[in-house]
Amino acid sequence: MSDNPFSLWVYLSQSPLLWLTVTLLTYAIADAVSLWTHRHPLANPVLHSMWIIGAFLLLTKTSYTTYFGGAQFVHFLLGPATVALAVPLYENRKLVAAAILPMLVALAIGSITAIVSVVLLAEAAGLPRAVILSLAPKSVTAGVAMGISESLHADPSLTAVSVVLTGIMGAIIVTPLMNRTGITDFRARGFAVGIAAHGIGTARAFQVDAVAGVFAGIAMSLNALVTSLLVPLAVTLLVR
Amino acid sequence: MIASLSLILLCQLTGEVFVRGLGLPMPGPVVGLMLLLLLLLARDRFVVLARGPLQGDGVESASRGLLAHLSLLFVPAGVGVVQKLDLLAEHGIAILAILAVSVVITLLVTVATFLVANRFLARGQDRP
Repeated sequence: MSDNPFSLWVYLSQSPLLWLTVTLLTYAIADAVSLWTHRHPLANPVLHSMWIIGAFLLLTKTSYTTYFGGAQFVHFLLGPATVALAVPLYENRKLVAAAILPMLVALAIGSITAIVSVVLLAEAAGLPRAVILSLAPKSVTAGVAMGISESLHADPSLTAVSVVLTGIMGAIIVTPLMNRTGITDFRARGFAVGIAAHGIGTARAFQVDAVAGVFAGIAMSLNALVTSLLVPLAVTLLVR
Repeated sequence: MIASLSLILLCQLTGEVFVRGLGLPMPGPVVGLMLLLLLLLARDRFVVLARGPLQGDGVESASRGLLAHLSLLFVPAGVGVVQKLDLLAEHGIAILAILAVSVVITLLVTVATFLVANRFLARGQDRP
């Protein structure tokens, strides 16, 4: 035991253990609150974990690099989780095959809409070119989006932030929006949120309806494939 | 469990090598996804492949475990917002508004396309 509590903090704040624990614990609490509010859209666990951990880092003057030293173990799993999406796709192959035509059409149109809308809006708002390039792949899961951003020589860390913000917004908006517009086909609802808001939207879809969750997962994996091909193309055509 | 995780990582690694080796503009894990899907489909056709993690729900249950807490995996990247506070002070409102509008447009366009395409398909099937 250290005599000086401050030296203990100095030691712990540099170790991966503390920041990995903070990440898991904050998420576990945020997820428990979300469950307690019957999965209210505004009680999104990613949103609340993000600002709580962010505020904690700012208060303790901890750099993101130090934090990431611990959190990278969680972040790393995004890659394997993308590969793991093969399993829901495989398990629901009959459901997928039965709705393959509407899915492929919605995939093509939805994926193009997600990229083109953000690029055009960002150009209209006069954002710098580097920011526009970083926002372009925002509707696809973080691991893939960061890879796309890297290959465009954009800013992968800004891409990651915009991916997470997009996911959170999609997850919050989707249920009220779909209820308001009177859409009751949970395949279509799930598919839309998977295209627009990747994994965070898919997690939301699973909370609302099992079929919606499956279709969101399929949409997210198909979108990962399509977006990685479409973004470089869209960027050459649209960004000056 | 270990064998299943190894298979998932091996698919990702192969995807990474494939993409880097050929200089393709797509992320390695996406190729890994296709590879794992092909392996699972091939296993049903060729019994020889049904061993190790490809038998008895091995790789399936490991994948479900990974996907069960998918949104947790976005937290470290999301916290990266603390690095971008200066950029957000400058363009934050514009970026948030753009992302929100784009999400709503994407949701509505995708859901409408799905429903319209589905209706056309159903009508096509009704006719003999």
